This record gives sequence, C-alpha cells and structure tokens, in this order.
Amino acid sequence: MSTSMSPSSDTIFQKGGPGRRAFVCPELDVPAADAETLLPARFRRLEPARLPEVSEPEIVRHYVGISKRNFDLDSGFYPLGSCTMKHNPRLHERVAALPGHARLHPLQDPERAQGALQLMWNLQEALAEIAGLPHVSLQPSAGSHGELAGVMLTRAFHEDRGQRRHKVLTPDTAHGTNPATVTMAGLEVVKLATDAAGGIDVDDLRAKADADVACLMLTNPNTLGLFDQNIEQIAALVHGVGATLYYDGANLNAVIGISRPGDMGFDIVHFNLHKSFTQPHGGGGPGSGPIAVSERIAAFLPTPLVVRREVGAHGAENGASLSGARFDLDYGSAGGAGSRSIGRLRGFHGNYGCLVRAYAYIRSLGAEGLRDVSETAVLNANYLLARLAQLGVAEHLPLAYGELCMHEFVLSGGPMKRALQIQTLDLAKRLLDFGFHPPTVYFPLLVEEALMVEPTETETKETLDAFAEALAAILAEAAEQGPEVARGAPYTTPVRRLDEVAAAKRPVIRQALT
Amino acid sequence: MAQASYPEDLLYHPEHDWARSDPSNPQEATLGITWYAQDSLGEVVFFEPPKVGSTVTAGQAYAEVESVKAVSDVIAPLSGEVVAVNEALASEPHAINEDPYGDGWMVRVRLSDPSERDALLDAAAYSASLGG
Amino acid sequence: MTRYTATTADDLAEMLDAIGVDSIGELFERQVPPGVRLSRPLALAPGMPEQDVFAHLRDLAARNVSADDEVSFLGAGMYDHYVPALIDMLMERSEFLTPYTPYQPEISQGGLQVMFEYQTAICELTALPVSNASVYEGPSAAAAAAYMAKLHNGRSRLVVSAAMHPHTIQTLRTYAHGYGMEVVEVPMRGTHAGLDAGTTELEAWRAAIDSDTSAAFFAQPNFYGAVEDADALSAAAKAAGAADPVRADGDDRAPLVVCQVDPITLGVLRAPGECGVDVAVGEGQPLGNRLDFGGPSLGLFAAREVYLRRMPGRIAGETVDVDGKRGFVLTLQTREQHIRRERATSNICTSQALNALGAVVYLAWLGREGIVELGELLLARTHYARRQLTAIDGVHALHERPVVREFALRLDADVATVRARCARAGVNPGVDIQALTGREQDRGGLLVAITERRTRADIDRLRDVLAAAVAAEREAVPA
Repeated sequence: MSTSMSPSSDTIFQKGGPGRRAFVCPELDVPAADAETLLPARFRRLEPARLPEVSEPEIVRHYVGISKRNFDLDSGFYPLGSCTMKHNPRLHERVAALPGHARLHPLQDPERAQGALQLMWNLQEALAEIAGLPHVSLQPSAGSHGELAGVMLTRAFHEDRGQRRHKVLTPDTAHGTNPATVTMAGLEVVKLATDAAGGIDVDDLRAKADADVACLMLTNPNTLGLFDQNIEQIAALVHGVGATLYYDGANLNAVIGISRPGDMGFDIVHFNLHKSFTQPHGGGGPGSGPIAVSERIAAFLPTPLVVRREVGAHGAENGASLSGARFDLDYGSAGGAGSRSIGRLRGFHGNYGCLVRAYAYIRSLGAEGLRDVSETAVLNANYLLARLAQLGVAEHLPLAYGELCMHEFVLSGGPMKRALQIQTLDLAKRLLDFGFHPPTVYFPLLVEEALMVEPTETETKETLDAFAEALAAILAEAAEQGPEVARGAPYTTPVRRLDEVAAAKRPVIRQALT
Repeated sequence: MAQASYPEDLLYHPEHDWARSDPSNPQEATLGITWYAQDSLGEVVFFEPPKVGSTVTAGQAYAEVESVKAVSDVIAPLSGEVVAVNEALASEPHAINEDPYGDGWMVRVRLSDPSERDALLDAAAYSASLGG
Repeated sequence: MTRYTATTADDLAEMLDAIGVDSIGELFERQVPPGVRLSRPLALAPGMPEQDVFAHLRDLAARNVSADDEVSFLGAGMYDHYVPALIDMLMERSEFLTPYTPYQPEISQGGLQVMFEYQTAICELTALPVSNASVYEGPSAAAAAAYMAKLHNGRSRLVVSAAMHPHTIQTLRTYAHGYGMEVVEVPMRGTHAGLDAGTTELEAWRAAIDSDTSAAFFAQPNFYGAVEDADALSAAAKAAGAADPVRADGDDRAPLVVCQVDPITLGVLRAPGECGVDVAVGEGQPLGNRLDFGGPSLGLFAAREVYLRRMPGRIAGETVDVDGKRGFVLTLQTREQHIRRERATSNICTSQALNALGAVVYLAWLGREGIVELGELLLARTHYARRQLTAIDGVHALHERPVVREFALRLDADVATVRARCARAGVNPGVDIQALTGREQDRGGLLVAITERRTRADIDRLRDVLAAAVAAEREAVPA
C-alpha cells in the first residue's frame, strides 16, 4: 500500500485500503424489496468493479498533489501556435456555476428555459456579426466537430442540387483534422500547394478547381500566421466552379473586428470557443465549435436551432423576456434554416456551459474590446518576432515565410539544427527548464523543424521579452557548450524525457490491479 | 541499420518498397520496405501483416507500418497471393529498422504476373530517385 | 487596453519601433487587403464592467427553472445526481482548468495521470480491457464506434435497436450518411400499445443482422429504462453476422456488438464486458458532471483489446523516463488526426479532459462499495416509484421489464397538459416520450428518472401531483 511519501506517479488505485470510503449513501427510505424482484440474478454484475477504496482526504491530497505536476496557463506563458492560449477569466466560472445555468436539464421545456435560450440566441447573433454570416448553429462540440458539420453541410448542399461532388481542396499547411474530417464525411482530400509568399498557390488552385470539387477548406490567416493576399481571387475561383468555401476559425484571434470571413467570401465558418472566446482548455477539452453559414447553406444546418419568435402582449407565464420575444428550439421551419437539415451531430443542444462563458466574454468586451483583442494579438506577435531578430535569434531560427505576421509566426529550426546540432525538439525541452511552455513544434509539416509561436493578446511586453531572452540564452548555451545540454533537457521537471516508443510498442493504458 | 543501403539484387518500387526473388524459385518474391522508408518513419512500433491466402496488388497498399510519429502504407511492388508472413514482427517490429532487407522482411507472395518486375526500379535508379 | 490586455503607451512606442511600423493599423494595412477590411465597428453591445456582466448572466439564470427550482424527474440521458463539493474544487484548480492538451508530457504528468486513472476506472466499470480518455458525449461516441467498425471490417450496414435513445439513433444516421453506411432500426418487442413492450425484439434483431452488418447497437438499460437481455443480443448478433466463409479478403468474421451504457447502473447491472459486447459507449454526465443544459459532458468509449489500435480519441499510456521514473504519455497518436491525416480513425482531436477528471474523481469518491450501494438504492427507489405511480388510475407501466433507475409509463391523458399541471405544482414528472421519439406508438408516454436525490418524500409527492393532474385532465377531456 502506498503512503504519502510514495512516488507521485502512484495512481489513486494504488492508494487507500479495504473499507475506506468517501461516499455516504443516503438512507434506504422505501420498503425493502427482494433482490431477485428488483433485478433478477441473470442481469446482475458478476465481478465487482475494482474502484478505489479511499477516504475524502486521501482523494483531495492525491488529486491536488498530481495537479502540481502540471504546467498551466494561469501559471505561465503558453505560446502554442494556433491554440490561442489567452487568459481564462474567472468571472466565467462564476456565472457558468450559477444554478440557473449549471443545474438546468436539457429537456426542460423551452418555456421554462427562456434565460438559456435567450443566451444562446444572443450568442448566435454576436457570432453571426463577428463572422459576417447570418445563420448559426451552436451544436458542434469542438472545432473538429464544427468542421465535420461544415463538410456534411457542403455535401448536403450539392446533393440537394442533384450533384455528387467528391473532392475537398485543402492547403498542404492545413491542420491535420481537416483531412480526417473530410474522409469521415465521405469525400476525398486533394492538397493544394503553398506559394513562395506562404499563401495558397493560385495556379495550383486554378488547375485543381473543377466541377468535382465540393469545397475548399481554409484558415485565414493560415497556419503560417499569414493572411492570404489572394483571398478574394481564391473565393471567386472556388465559387466560380460552384464549390463552397469553408473557414477554419482556429486563427480568428487575428481578425476579430478587422475582417470577417463572410466578407472574405466564406460560406461556412466554425468558431473555436476554447480558443478566441476563452473557454478554458481544461487539459484537452471540453471545447465548443459553433458554425455560421451563408443564406444558401442555412437549410441544411443541424437541428435543433435556437430561434426567436415575437408573441402578443400576454407572452408566457414564466420568463417572458424583452418586449414579447420568446425563444424556442426549432427543428426546421418550412423553407427556412434547418428545413433540410443534415440532422443531429450529438445529443441535446450543444456545450451550453461553454456557450455561457463565451457569451460572458463577448458581453464583457463588446465591439471595441474585441477589436483590441486582435490588434494586441497581432502587435504582440510582431513585436516578439522583432525582438527575436534584435537578439540575433533569427539567424538560427529564421521566419519561414514573409516579413510581418498576423497573430502567430512560424520559425524554421533548420539552420539551428545544422549550425548547433540541436533540433526544435531539444529547444522545446530546454524551454521547459526556463519555465515556459514551448510553442507548437513540427507543425506545419511544410516548414523544416517548425516552431509555431502565438503569444496572444493577454501577455505583457515583459513576458514577451523574457521569452525572447530565454530562446537567445538556449541558443547561446548550445553555441558555447555544445548540443548535449539541450539534448538532455529537461532537467527540472517532474519527469524528464519519456520513452514514447515503448509506450506505443507495448501499450499499458490502465493500472494493473490485484 | 545506420547507413543507407540499397542492395543490388533487389527490385524497388518508387514508394519505398522492395521485392526479392530467389532465382531457384522465380514464381515467388519476398517483399519489404526500404532503408529510406524505415529511416523516415523512425522506430517502428507496430506492424500487422495481411493474412496468408489474401491477395496483394502491385501499386496498392497491403499493410500499414506504424512508428511513434507516423503511419505509412506498405505498397506491394508486385501482385500475387500471400504464402507466408513474418510472424516475428509482431513481437519485434524494430527488426524493420535494424535489418529492413533481412529479418525485417514482411511477406512472401506467389506472383500472379512476374512480368510486373519489368516496371520496377533497380538499386541505382531507386537510389537516384531519392535525390542523392 | 482592456482588463485583459496591458499595452501601455510606452510599451506601444517601443514595440512599434522594434517592429519598424508607425501604428498597429499599419500592421493590418500591409497584410489585409482593403477589399476585405471591415470599415465599421462590429454591431455588438458595448462592453461592460465585470459586475454588470455578472448581473446580466444572473438575470438570465433567473429565467430558467433548474433542478434547484422544482422536484425534477427528468432523465433520458442526463440526470440530476449529487456532485460532491470536492469535484467543484478540483475542476476549478488552475492546474486542471487552464492547460492545453498534454503535448509536452514532462510538464503534463498531472493531466496524463488523470487520463490514465480515468481509463482504468472505465475499464473496471465496463469490464472491458481498453478505454480511451473520453470522447465528446454519448450519441457521438456511438457514431465513433460505427466508424471504428467500418475501418475494422469494411462492412456497410449498421443495425440499431429502436429502443435506443432517439438522439443516438439520429446522430448515427447523420454520421452514417458520411460514412456511406446504411442504418437499419430493429423495432421493440410489441410495438402495439399494451403488448409486452419494452425491449429489443430478438427475432427481428437476428433477422436484421447479416454478413454485411458492420456493427449492431443496443442500449443497456434502453431508452425506456428497461433492462435488455444483453447476452442474448450479443450472441445473436455474432451468429447472424458471421461472415460467409467463402470470402477470403481478410474480413473479420463478425459484426462489432456495441452497447450504450448508463455508467451509474454498472454497480449492479451486468457489465458489457461480461455480456459478450465488443464496444461500450455511453453518456458520462452522471459521473460527477453537471447538467449544464446538455453539455459539456463526456462520452465513454471502451472496447476489447483487439480494437486498441483503431480506437478514436486520446489515450494515455504508461512508460518510464530517462532516469527510470514512471511517467505517462499520450500514446498511439498515430491513430489521431494530426499524424495519420486522411487515414485517421477519427477527427476528434480532443478528449473531454476536464469532464473526465470529474468522472474519475466521482468514481473514486463513490468507491468500490459505494457504486454498488448507490445502485441498490436506485433499484429500490425506482421499483417503489413505479409501483406507486402505476397504482394511479389512468397511469400504466409501458412495460414490466426490470428497470434500474428509469421507467416508462403510459398516461390515459395528454402528456403535455399533465406535465404542465404538475409543473405548476412544483414537480417535473419526467420526459414526454413521444416529443422525443416522434413515434405514434409513444403517445401518452412519460419517462420517469430516479436519482439518489429523489427521496421517498419526493416520489410520494410526484405520485400525489401526478394523480391529481391525470384525474383533472381526464375529467376535463373525457376519453
């Protein structure tokens, strides 16, 4: 049995003892009935589940203890490219925890959930305005779920016109989710080349855009942090062959209030509420991926949709809201949004808890505050890039494309690898010893030894300076002392480099139990 | 295997797969992946061969090989029926890295169309296609 | 500057100077073509101080009738279980709330260990040897299982019991269209009112499954609260779907049997791994997670060992570091979107890590004996509730099958009006079944859910309120 002095990697299953418990069962207050009557033996569990036997203090000490082996955004800088690790306001936790939101059952009658439905409707309106597209579904559970919805919508749009198109174009810099999503929706991926400026190669697009193309999936700015200068031409080309244009909202943080995907020509947009809209990442979920679509796509939206109806003066008895408006769940009104829906993508309405947080954020900042988000995000990224150049870091870690960037930038570790014999991986691991979470590494695949840096708008100049200095220090260390220091990093973390090969060869994915 | 090597007695498919025929048994060929393929993948952690008796088709994938960082299709250079598979790879997949042309062999097939060999590259041509 | 940004005038001057531009505007002018630049502010309400935002969100909350405001018997996939305070505390800790997916394992051991413990707990609960670190929620977990089945055996039909949650069936249909698979529903036994209804019709199930069936799905308990004969369904599916032996293309010989579970019931109900099931999926909300008007929650996904390398979602694995210390990493990531790209087993690039933390802590809190005691309590109270309510004039059991924590009734009165009457008396008697399934044969159906929070007194009150409501409605609208 483990004691409090045992290794921190002991799991909860290795702690506790026979008979220990945290749960006290409420009293049996109904007449006792015969076990066989309640549940015949042939339906009963054969072997008990070997859950832990621990007291409440043991549970608290265990999980608080292992939490301290985690780096987190509240504790330090987290410049992961395309993840938008911006500050998570705690107000959002407080409002999401209000019982009127947190203890509301999804099948409560709409009449008695007017606050929730109004919140959702208000959020839809705000997201529509930000996207520049009129119709919104809040149903998808995450960005990749929103993408799947988008591809399914595209397919439905074409099938409704009697067309069966098979191809989805996506740049070779695209996030890995895009190809997987396309395959799951029954279409095929065709990759587009990137031009010398880092945008889509328009000639390649022209060659590949034909009547069998259903959609072009794009993020703008792209994963190189660059706004595609040819976006209008690209949109025209794609629409010209009758295909749709899909916007991956992963990089929306660069353009809120500056440029709208709908105005760029996109038909379908997905948002990552856990990126630009502060839903905490939670260590890898939950998230939320609402989608906004153009008029011609609206009929196919997943249902239910949240709608607002005007009613007469009497309204309803409970929760009558502003000026006789009522909010409702709609399953596809005749000819309107959702009337030829692709159906459901999940149970109930969506990740409401995430919607509450995103809504609180939008109400907190308003139009001006949201524009400030993008302005500061782009300023911070360009400043960090410039600071790295000032410190001489750019010599070993040059910018892969362009001169300026939007909210993130991609460096190539190729020169560093050749000059100093350390790879991007080693640089990342050594950064851990300096108290920073590393940037995204080895993505996009197009860039050799890629390092994708997104500081976000909620970091101070001091933090950006400290990060730049840390990178410079690591390179200097490698130049002066050789590559071994970085190659052996990290040294100060709860564990050091882990054998991922062994984990994949002979996977052990659960605690061995006696 | 640390150094790139492309044995002269093998035939190669441009997607990094090799075929060996034993002159005493020209109706059969042994198949595997090249040094370049295993080097790109990194340490192989898993390989599941197709079943004996199944069919492989030249130019098409007949299995997948998995490393920590990537999964790659294994392309058949030649068509035929699988008559033997390398069972040892189930417990020792890294043989594919250490000895891609020997202990790392994947399947042996009875060829359905030996003339397909003419479309394959020899060691020099394959090596050149890698860009030196 | 807002309360979340910090660029002072001095900062701005230094930063612009370092970059070599005159203004922030120039950064956009040089990168965003004028034709797509927004020339007006966004039409959004102005920002507000924190206290005003709080007041607004509180006002919206006040217009919702939550489980705090009425005695609720709503269920159908999400349930009002008691969530202990320590879960709130742990889920709000910075170290669990704010990090990203653990791509740098050296500084993410906390999160990875939680995943590993969660996987262990789900394996124990389902009696299946492998589990992922969770997927989004219940119905899409079933859709993910369907995709895994397709990748595994290449077949094209999905057979689904009509006694599954309608959201699950609908979600499967939506995804199946993308997969290029057909969905076939197998009716419940006795689809005419009054005839021994309640569970999947075994002969129809057997008849629907053939050698092109990729996977067969049922729920345990099913949507109507009834306990199915899971062993019989599994065995029948395997036998009926066995491959035509003449096929030599490597087809695995039988369809996957997928069981959708309600995790709270697994302390007493026979586990899917004990019933011949290949894959267990389910809605994880009852395990330490809030109602939250339907999300976020988590989806359970566990399976037999042979499916490990094709499982969707994230998986944490155990390993050692260079010093020989035990540690955890994300493993088998080649299956996931970011490496395998178009061959990914799924496009899910997240788990529901924070919700899974809630789930594993909850299971540790319940403990080995607690989950059994809770199950027995639910059995007893549910049994009591069903007896009490079916004794009401005009209220009948929809079926007499064993139930664990939820059961279906048929009312001789309009369900919507009866529910409205009950609501006015402060009791939510349960879910209008027909409103959810859309099936004519479900007219008059009411689904009543019991949790440990619904005491005998609550159940007695439901009985009285429901009796009054049904009587009043029958009087008002004679049959």
